[in-house]
Amino acid sequence: MDLNYTEEQQAFRDEVRSFLAENLPSRLADKVKFGKTLTKQDHEEWHAILNEKGWLAGNWPTAFGGAGWNAVQRHIFEDEMTSAAAPRIVPFGLAMLGPVLQKFGSKAQQDHYLPRILNGDDWWCQGYSEPGAGSDLASVRTTAERDGDHYVVNGQKTWTTLGQHANMIFCLVRTSKEGKPQEGISFLLVDMNSPGIKVRPIVLIDGEPEVNEVFFDDVRVPVENRVGEENKGWTYAKYLLTHERTNIAGVGFANAGLENLKRIARAERANGRPLIENPHFAARIARVEIDLMAMSTTNLRVVSKAAAGQAPGAESSMLKVKGTIIRQEINALTRTAVGPYAMPFASEALEDGSNLGPVGPAYAETATAQYLNNRKLSIYGGSNEVQRSILSKAILEL
Amino acid sequence: MNFELTEERQMLQDGLRRFLRESYTPTLRAELAQQDAGFSRSIWSGLAEMGVIGALFDEDDGGFAGAGFDISVVFEELGRVGAVDPLIDTALLGGGLIAALGNDTQKQNVEGVIDGSIQLALAHGEPASRFDLSHVESTATGDGDGFVLNGRKAVVINAPAADHILVSARTSGDVADQDGISLFLVPTSTPGMTLRGYALVSGGEAAEILLDDVRLDRAALLGGEGSAFEAISRVQARATLAISAEALGLMESIRELTTDYLRTRKQFGKPIGKFQALQHRMADVLIEIEQARSAVINLAGHIDAPADIRDKHVSATKNLIGNVAKLVAEESIQMHGGIGMTEEYELGHLAKRLIMVDHRFGDAIYHLERFIALAVA
Ligand SMILES: Cc1cc2nc3c(=O)[nH]c(=O)nc-3n(C[C@H](O)[C@H](O)[C@H](O)COP(=O)(O)OP(=O)(O)OC[C@H]3O[C@@H](n4cnc5c(N)ncnc54)[C@H](O)[C@@H]3O)c2cc1C
Repeated sequence: MDLNYTEEQQAFRDEVRSFLAENLPSRLADKVKFGKTLTKQDHEEWHAILNEKGWLAGNWPTAFGGAGWNAVQRHIFEDEMTSAAAPRIVPFGLAMLGPVLQKFGSKAQQDHYLPRILNGDDWWCQGYSEPGAGSDLASVRTTAERDGDHYVVNGQKTWTTLGQHANMIFCLVRTSKEGKPQEGISFLLVDMNSPGIKVRPIVLIDGEPEVNEVFFDDVRVPVENRVGEENKGWTYAKYLLTHERTNIAGVGFANAGLENLKRIARAERANGRPLIENPHFAARIARVEIDLMAMSTTNLRVVSKAAAGQAPGAESSMLKVKGTIIRQEINALTRTAVGPYAMPFASEALEDGSNLGPVGPAYAETATAQYLNNRKLSIYGGSNEVQRSILSKAILEL
Repeated sequence: MNFELTEERQMLQDGLRRFLRESYTPTLRAELAQQDAGFSRSIWSGLAEMGVIGALFDEDDGGFAGAGFDISVVFEELGRVGAVDPLIDTALLGGGLIAALGNDTQKQNVEGVIDGSIQLALAHGEPASRFDLSHVESTATGDGDGFVLNGRKAVVINAPAADHILVSARTSGDVADQDGISLFLVPTSTPGMTLRGYALVSGGEAAEILLDDVRLDRAALLGGEGSAFEAISRVQARATLAISAEALGLMESIRELTTDYLRTRKQFGKPIGKFQALQHRMADVLIEIEQARSAVINLAGHIDAPADIRDKHVSATKNLIGNVAKLVAEESIQMHGGIGMTEEYELGHLAKRLIMVDHRFGDAIYHLERFIALAVA
């Protein structure tokens, strides 16, 4: 047992750290630090910088233009990214679709789409959920009917994150009503500019239009845009979800959030003393920090198993549940820390370029919005209830 | 022992519930966000006409009720619909202080409050005061026969709509002394007083107020010089009862919405309310809401008790409400799944209002400490 990184790993960490110090634009880091909404251009700018270095796709094999890192290296990279307040890499093309195409896509699909993901030519979004198919994803009802060398797609997807920026969407669609629901699903790549597609924004409780509804009305999709075999989409979808679950613990985000919380608690004063010296508040911070210290190690235990070639299974459900509880508690404490200044609704605070200064202290501006927004952590990517069901079946065998 | 409402209060509750159900139409919230004051003037007149504002004042002050249980009945109903009307600010804080401290001329404003023609706001909290009631840095210095005020006031709810603002400032003593705090009744248009208005997460509006050499006549002084603290504590206790009862109403509506959703939303071929994992959590929510109801009753029954007993109940109730509010809001969003995250669905507004309750008049941690101090002493 050795809790320290090897020399090689330390060298890698130093390399990442100095790259970020030199290449992360401070304008972007400031937006991340203050919880501002990043624009499409912001994301594209940062992706381009990482791509130039060859680090945009850490999880992809080098043969496809990735960095080919193992799980420990990826963990180190993600950790350094969050400490430096770098924008997170938009996951839809890189973390989700990329690995599916590499494993199940045709040569033509790989050659066409993978470079376009790296170069930022395509912005992908994830068309899994529907109004009637959330936790029960296999019940998707959007249909794709064969018409010559096209599929005709009808139905609706929802909760599509950043669909407003996307020009491509990967969808689970129903191609057969025979047998079990899982057996009639196909995986389609759809151009968002196709006739018959409508996108309607959904405003979340923090006031931001982060997700969308996507409507399909007789949308014609070439058959060659199907990934893998017809009616085998569920297998690919599940493969994708295991990739969605890497970095699921969000240790880096939690560490950054905890630091920010402490900074605020040092600046705020309650009864004439710094809030961080208030024993009741300090105890709440301490409890979440203690939890986080242990969870970081649980995370590393899973990461090193993965680096040794053992695919993480149900353990990632554990990390998802504990990780989101910790991050949500940090968000709640941060909201509490700012006191009455949690009340102003600063919609323009989330965008940059607002010319009015903040209403209260700058650190208070987005505390409530972030708290509200991160309620999503325990809902999406498989809700915490679904994760607990997985654990009780797969590990506890109940 | 009798936990039934009196006939009068039952009538008040029924009438108010009907009025609010009709007034708070589904499209109203979007309309309110567009209006100058963040609330509806016509609903306000309706509340005044029904006697809802008068129910918050006792007969000596021109009202007809004003006891703890009148406050809890009114605010629970307001909570049920997620009402954003500034009754706490205009009636309980502003009106309450004028009624307690004002001379005959000043008290004419209370009539205006009760008939719905006047809006008020209390500018007491400051950027550095957090929840500490005695922390006043703003100063009022004697100037001939009047005063000059300087300082900053933070998150003054309803200030943008107010005709008069009750401003606290220190005429003597140190920053955290209870003695030496004076109150002034200041027309909003007074030179030297600037408002920066903004919307609140929970609906309604507030302002940051800058006091830059605000010159006032002696007639603006409300009550004795330097002795406003006790009256401020008393109205704050009543406002805390009000916001706790409002939280209870919000919780009840959220519970209804969530149980309805659990009954109707289907996944895996059955209503999600059939999953025991959710049933047990909803049962916990139910248990905690009943705790909240009892805590509100405890406070309503002690709101006119001697200050030390009253304040022990204030802190017990507000601490419990703060903790339960967080549980109810978070659990209901979670059990709704994605739809619970949306601004459009009714839960969003109710849950945000409920969460924001912890940021006014002291949060759960503040009241835990205060309860320890009062209960051990
Ligand atoms: C901000 C946000 C972004 C999202 N982005 C995307 C995206 O880009 N693409 C995409 O496809 N989807 C996206 N989603 C959708 C997300 O994956 C779903 O919200 C999630 O799967 C839950 O589905 P649901 O919302 O329909 O809730 P439901 O499945 O209706 O669940 C409601 C509640 O019931 C619980 N529940 C359900 N079944 C059970 C059970 N068997 N036992 C116990 N409890 C149960 C759930 O845990 C939840 O608490 C996003 C969601 C959010 C909130």
